[in-house]
Amino acid sequence: MIYAIAVFAPLAGSLIAGLFGRAIGDRAAQAVTITCMVLASLCGITAFAQLVWGGAPTGTVLLGTWVDVDRFHLAWALRYDTLSAVMVAMVTTIATLIHIYSVGYMSHDKSIARFFSYLSLFSFAMLMLVTADNLVQLFFGWEGVGLASYLLIGFWYDRPSACAAAMKAFIVNRIGDLGFALGIALLFWTVGSVEFSDIFPAIAAHQGEFYNLLGSNFPVMDVIGVLLFIGAMGKSAQIGLHVWLPDAMEGPTPVSALIHAATMVTAGVFLMARMSPLLEYAPGALAFVGFIGATTALFAATIGCVQNDIKRVIAYSTCSQLGYMFIAAGAGAYQASIFHLFTHAFFKALLFLGAGSVIHAMSDEQDIRRMGGIWRKIPITYTVFWIGSLALAGIIPFAGYYSKDAILEAAFASGTGIGMYGYVCGVAAAFLTAFYSWRLIILTFHGAPRADHHTMEHVHESPLVMTGPLMALALGAICTGFVFHGQFIGAGWHEFWRASIFNGPNNHVLADMEEIPSLAALLPSIVGIAGIATAYVMYVLKPSLPGALAERFGPVYRLLLNKWYVDELYGAVFVQPYRRLARQLWQVGDAIIIDGVPNGLASMTTEGSGRVARLQSGSLAMYAFAMLIGLVVLAALFLLVR
Amino acid sequence: MNWALALPEIVLALCGMAILLLGVLRRGDTTALCGWAVLAAFVLAAALVATGADGHAYHDMFIVDAFARFAKLLILTGAALACLLAMDWNRREGIARFEFPVLALFATVGMMLMVSASSFMSLYLGLELQSLSLYVMAAFARDDVRSSEAGLKYFVLGALASGLLLYGISLVYGFSGGLDFAGVAQAVASPELASPGFIVGVMFVVVGLAFKISAVPFHMWAPDVYQGAPTPVTAFFGTAPKVAAMALLLRVLGVPFVHVPWIPVVMLMSIGSMLLGSFGAIAQTNIKRLMAYSSIGHVGYALIGLAAGTVDGVRGVLIYLVTYVFMNIGSFAVIAAMRRRGRAVENIVDLAGLGRTDPGLALALAVFMFSMAGIPPLAGFFGKLYVFLAAVQRGQWTLAVIGVLTSVIGAVYYLRVIKVMYFDAPGEPFEARATATSVLVFGCALFTALFFLFPSAIVASADAAARSLF
Repeated sequence: MIYAIAVFAPLAGSLIAGLFGRAIGDRAAQAVTITCMVLASLCGITAFAQLVWGGAPTGTVLLGTWVDVDRFHLAWALRYDTLSAVMVAMVTTIATLIHIYSVGYMSHDKSIARFFSYLSLFSFAMLMLVTADNLVQLFFGWEGVGLASYLLIGFWYDRPSACAAAMKAFIVNRIGDLGFALGIALLFWTVGSVEFSDIFPAIAAHQGEFYNLLGSNFPVMDVIGVLLFIGAMGKSAQIGLHVWLPDAMEGPTPVSALIHAATMVTAGVFLMARMSPLLEYAPGALAFVGFIGATTALFAATIGCVQNDIKRVIAYSTCSQLGYMFIAAGAGAYQASIFHLFTHAFFKALLFLGAGSVIHAMSDEQDIRRMGGIWRKIPITYTVFWIGSLALAGIIPFAGYYSKDAILEAAFASGTGIGMYGYVCGVAAAFLTAFYSWRLIILTFHGAPRADHHTMEHVHESPLVMTGPLMALALGAICTGFVFHGQFIGAGWHEFWRASIFNGPNNHVLADMEEIPSLAALLPSIVGIAGIATAYVMYVLKPSLPGALAERFGPVYRLLLNKWYVDELYGAVFVQPYRRLARQLWQVGDAIIIDGVPNGLASMTTEGSGRVARLQSGSLAMYAFAMLIGLVVLAALFLLVR
Repeated sequence: MNWALALPEIVLALCGMAILLLGVLRRGDTTALCGWAVLAAFVLAAALVATGADGHAYHDMFIVDAFARFAKLLILTGAALACLLAMDWNRREGIARFEFPVLALFATVGMMLMVSASSFMSLYLGLELQSLSLYVMAAFARDDVRSSEAGLKYFVLGALASGLLLYGISLVYGFSGGLDFAGVAQAVASPELASPGFIVGVMFVVVGLAFKISAVPFHMWAPDVYQGAPTPVTAFFGTAPKVAAMALLLRVLGVPFVHVPWIPVVMLMSIGSMLLGSFGAIAQTNIKRLMAYSSIGHVGYALIGLAAGTVDGVRGVLIYLVTYVFMNIGSFAVIAAMRRRGRAVENIVDLAGLGRTDPGLALALAVFMFSMAGIPPLAGFFGKLYVFLAAVQRGQWTLAVIGVLTSVIGAVYYLRVIKVMYFDAPGEPFEARATATSVLVFGCALFTALFFLFPSAIVASADAAARSLF
């Protein structure tokens, strides 16, 4: 019951604010949605606590029948196990803080009720996703998240760039969704059900089966696993389908925080953990997951090093951190990936909301080249930014240290080639992460002010309604690591997760993690500190160095600055040809053929009508003649066909 | 011999003579009196028809069956509604004379004889009684050149058609040795027995009847006569005589000529009528002329059902006629209401802005137009549905496809009327109309709009009527 309230309270808030927002006013809409979210988070945390410390049994909350056709049964049901409960508690908590923060951040906006309605809808869709008891309900939440993200990224719909970004997010996600939908369909075809309780026990029986396509054999589980992961790649912005995430910055900053921390991008990681009983029998798919994750982690980190938009740097850092999570999933350490998801949610929300606070202070300036020298004016924001960055860089004892190290240890311990690849990429990315984080801090807060006088005069700390959530999140970014690591990935993990995440009989990665060489375990921390030092050297001690480097390695710099030209590549390979095709279809197919045929027919008809009318000459003799001709013709025909 | 089978016709004819005497002998203006008396006579005849028995009479020259009853009731309805429309119109046009309803009455007697004919002799007598009355009615506004022209044209061409029909009957008689339908059917009991002479005779008979329903290529009188004749007469022409001639055609092709392979001929006439009806109407500016082409098109659709040659086909034709009678009378009632400054106006552009000046009238006309275009759920849709259904069941895809295509083309001019009413700048409003006209307009509009609520009774009786033919 409590659990159901946690899921549906945001929906109630969203509906009330969305449908009656105009009638009840912005204040009331805010009050309603925030009340609902607070209620949801209290219920979510309670449900989590009951399960973890109270020893409550796992189970299913049945809400009703959805589909009941022949042998195809679907129920609306909420799954209550550790994995879902962790997600519910995390999503509701973060979303509540973001709601509260938005009161301050959006105070000057025109459509406040609409904004809060969308925020709550977003939270609800994510909660449906993580509590789904079957793949179709999960897909419902999955699409709901996609819809809400579209609405929120394009929230300022009068800005063309926001509309374009919203469409980009939606369309790129559709590509991933296609893979996901195919995966669900194949799974239904193979197992005959979409309910988790039917699927998971049946996996082992189908282990040795193959699909035969064009003469080659593909293992069933690997194919399904890869298809599901393609869906996850779209939502979690992995390399290839990552292009929407940086552009999603066009939405208001709280939306970015929500997308990057609690909802949306974590859906893919969650899906991997949820489908662990399947992936454990799909070694090929796991290798693919690990490879993509490792590549994304490094790739996105390289881009993050040269970006100049404060939100864009953090966005690429999200991309990179999601890559870490998939490294862990690929290594079979789903627990570590969820742990990193959990800690990351706190410090990434913190960083985004902190960035929002900076932007707020700087009169909507987002370019770090026009900031600097403001750290004394906004001390709270500055402090929480440090905390978030320390957590992100994985410095002990902040939250990111525990989770990121666990991922890299798991990758090392897995002992496979892909695992080693993940470890190497992860360590390199750790260095870059620390580097770009301090580059960001130094450029944003330190040095001589580079903004104009007018802006500098207006720099001010944000109100309590914004700094309050920041401090709460900072607490999370400090504590969640050492408080929870024992349960998530330490000695107590069996008891903590129970059966919600499955590790195959040969998967001992969580145990092996403890056994790796100490140098391998320490290396991430060492490179992290090295990264901070490098940033200090380049931007404080020798400020001329970055420019010189950029000049010296011009092509590399431009490659990174332009995000490896992925957008341009997609533009040339997909978007432009598609536009050309669409234009052809419009100008030739629609304007000439589809419009032309009816118009031509219409003018032919009108012309024919004129001719028919002219036959009607009014002459009686002519009429009689026509009758007789008609008679002769018909009689002849009659005699002929007889 | 059961002479009482013809009781409705006898009573109606006697009433006609009595009313004629009343009109001649009584002093003062008797037009209104005679008009109401004729309406009463129609109601009486309808009651007699509805309660009459089935059977043959007069040496098999006369037959009463479910089919004849159905057709007669429809004829009486159409005739009564047209006469009601005429009373106010004639007064306003200054052509109010008591002969008008009496002529309509005698025409109706002729039509009733036609649908009950079971011999070529009674067929011809009924047809001529009807035709002679109609010639006079077409020219009833005798001071109007166009009305006189319409009457003359109709008379000359009608005489030609009658001649062809008589010639056909004589050929049929000569080659089969019989005049009564059953005898002819017996004499030509299989297609091989039909000699070329007999076929030619059949063709002449078909042409004579096709002229009456204005099927292509025997339609050329229709636009001129429809436009020239006074509006209520046109309304009358479009309904009762069409029903009678169509019923006669159904019976003649279904009983005496049942073994003659006439289906291709009917199909050809049907296709020609549908095409000409839809193409011809687009260029028209006069709404009565437009209705003439529209009626040619509707005959084409009805002939689809005949061409199917099945019970379902005949049923389709009968349902089509029912919906058509009401749409047609209603449309002409609207046209009759189109008067400005004491004169009738009949151009389509005169309807401009009617949606604002007279929303009720515009809505009613819109209902008729949509219905004629075959838009569901209006009555016209069901009429088309049943004939198309019959064609498809018979595998006559060509007819069904052409029917649908010409419906689309036809929609152009029906929708144009609606566009003119609702989207063009309004002109001067029309004069106030008589109560009877309003009743006709809205009654027919209600029937057309609400037909979908009660189709089963009409479909069931049409089905029974169609079965009695086979």
